[in-house]
Amino acid sequence: MKIAVCVSHVPDTATKVKVGADQKTIDPSGVTYIVNPYDEFAIEEALKMKEKFGGDSEVTAISVGSDANKETIRKALAMGVDKGILLKDENRRDSFSISKALAAEIKSQGFELVFCGKQSVDYDNSAVPQLTAELLEFSCVTVVVSLNIDGNKVTAEREVEGGKEVVETELPVIIGAQKGLNEPRYASLKGIMASKKKIIEEKPAASAEQFAEVISMKKPPEKQPGRILGTDKSAVPELVRLLREEAKVI
Amino acid sequence: MANKILAILEQRDNKLKRSAFEAVSTAVKLAGELNLEGEAVVIGADIENISEAGKYGITKITHFKNDQLSNYSTSAYTKIICNYARETGAAYIVIAGTSLGKDLAPHISGRLIAGCLMDCTSLDASSGEVIATRPVYAGKALIEVKLNSEVKILVLRPNVFKAEVIDENASPNIVTINIDDPDLRTRVTDIKKSEGKLDVAEADIIVSGGRGLKAPENFHLVEELADVLGAAVGASRAVVDAGWRDHREQVGQTGKTVSPSLYVACGISGAIQHLAGMSSSKYIVAINKDKDAPIFNVADYGIAGDIFEVLPALTEEIKKIKS
Repeated sequence: MKIAVCVSHVPDTATKVKVGADQKTIDPSGVTYIVNPYDEFAIEEALKMKEKFGGDSEVTAISVGSDANKETIRKALAMGVDKGILLKDENRRDSFSISKALAAEIKSQGFELVFCGKQSVDYDNSAVPQLTAELLEFSCVTVVVSLNIDGNKVTAEREVEGGKEVVETELPVIIGAQKGLNEPRYASLKGIMASKKKIIEEKPAASAEQFAEVISMKKPPEKQPGRILGTDKSAVPELVRLLREEAKVI
Repeated sequence: MANKILAILEQRDNKLKRSAFEAVSTAVKLAGELNLEGEAVVIGADIENISEAGKYGITKITHFKNDQLSNYSTSAYTKIICNYARETGAAYIVIAGTSLGKDLAPHISGRLIAGCLMDCTSLDASSGEVIATRPVYAGKALIEVKLNSEVKILVLRPNVFKAEVIDENASPNIVTINIDDPDLRTRVTDIKKSEGKLDVAEADIIVSGGRGLKAPENFHLVEELADVLGAAVGASRAVVDAGWRDHREQVGQTGKTVSPSLYVACGISGAIQHLAGMSSSKYIVAINKDKDAPIFNVADYGIAGDIFEVLPALTEEIKKIKS
């Protein structure tokens, strides 16, 4: 089974975001970048599927972006992914153009099982798995918390409001991983050493037009700190009064 | 000439969801501003309350009907909507960003080669084109963004856009089209409901607990308060990662981003990832022993006290006023 996992390189979730001088993107100075948290579940699931299918199964990590993304690809390699592909484009941020680049690569390499995080925690558009699948005419299930593949048949559970949907479909498929799908493994020292010998192939990302045009970026309005009403339960009646009479929410 | 704006309505258990009316209202408003014609589309078996959508100002609703489509099918829904959008010459497609909407919209985008903006929190058409505002980095920043594609897909964050009744007695034109052979390559075969619990993504009030509760067995204090308020139970990442609570309850950057009218944070210190996910709530109450906890910087009302004492007292007080 030829398995791919798409990974993105994003600011650490602890980052305090500052708007950059262009007023359209964040100021990258002082920002630590990490593997997109949802992609860790995607990587783990890809590795589990490789173990399940055995034989000459292989997992390739693909990332769209700049040289800096190699750090994230390298982490995937250290977890056990076999090789990496960097599709280079410094300025690609819109979901459609990223999906185009991924779809072109997935098609040319003949992958039939593809994992992504359900969303990247930078632009939070949560569209790339579905869009890429559509461009390839693959099936797709997103927000997946449980997965089983038997022959050609794919059964997945996806998180929805108030429960889970059981979804059936067929290969080839793109799976958008949600937290809870598995427990991502840590890279072992041996894995980290081995990853240094693994190959990251670099090529230009397939060209594509960008549909989304960012006009400006700003910080959300700061919330004014409110009132501390007290330090014990004697403040409770006043709290309830304010919620009823001032906020009118209960 | 593309002059239509299509609102996609979601039904669950054969009933239109509240978020569907938010999509209708938004489509009607945009249609007015952009001089387009608004229409609505719904897919499913028999649906009880289709005509209710008419109250929000839509005059034509097309119901694509098949008994196998009462549950969601990505492949069937995508095909039906894309075919209809092509036939009618849709310039805009508006849909609520529920689990279904968030899954479906990018499929439509890929099939129609159309740009798609997810999680929009406001739309401005005053310049003659739609400029959307949407949060990025889990709400730590906002972008204003527009689409340059021929067809444009706008996905609305639920609970943010108003559903405004225009005519209580409207009787819209409902066209039913039977779908004979839906494309069921990808389909929902079963729904596992989580025992009648309200979901944080849909709740108007959320009571969340964090590490201040000290142990998973103390979470009943949060559940009891949620119960009397008719609220959903939320959780911080710390307690989800510790295995105390299910991930579906997690609020914050790797959980859900929520904007309820009231958010009660109990024993949550307010890590930046958590604040990003909830600080757009209308009113925030924080109860935490540490008066310097960052959660108090976003709270409207706070009690800097022991949750083990304050929570039961608050539950009792609310019980009193509700009875």
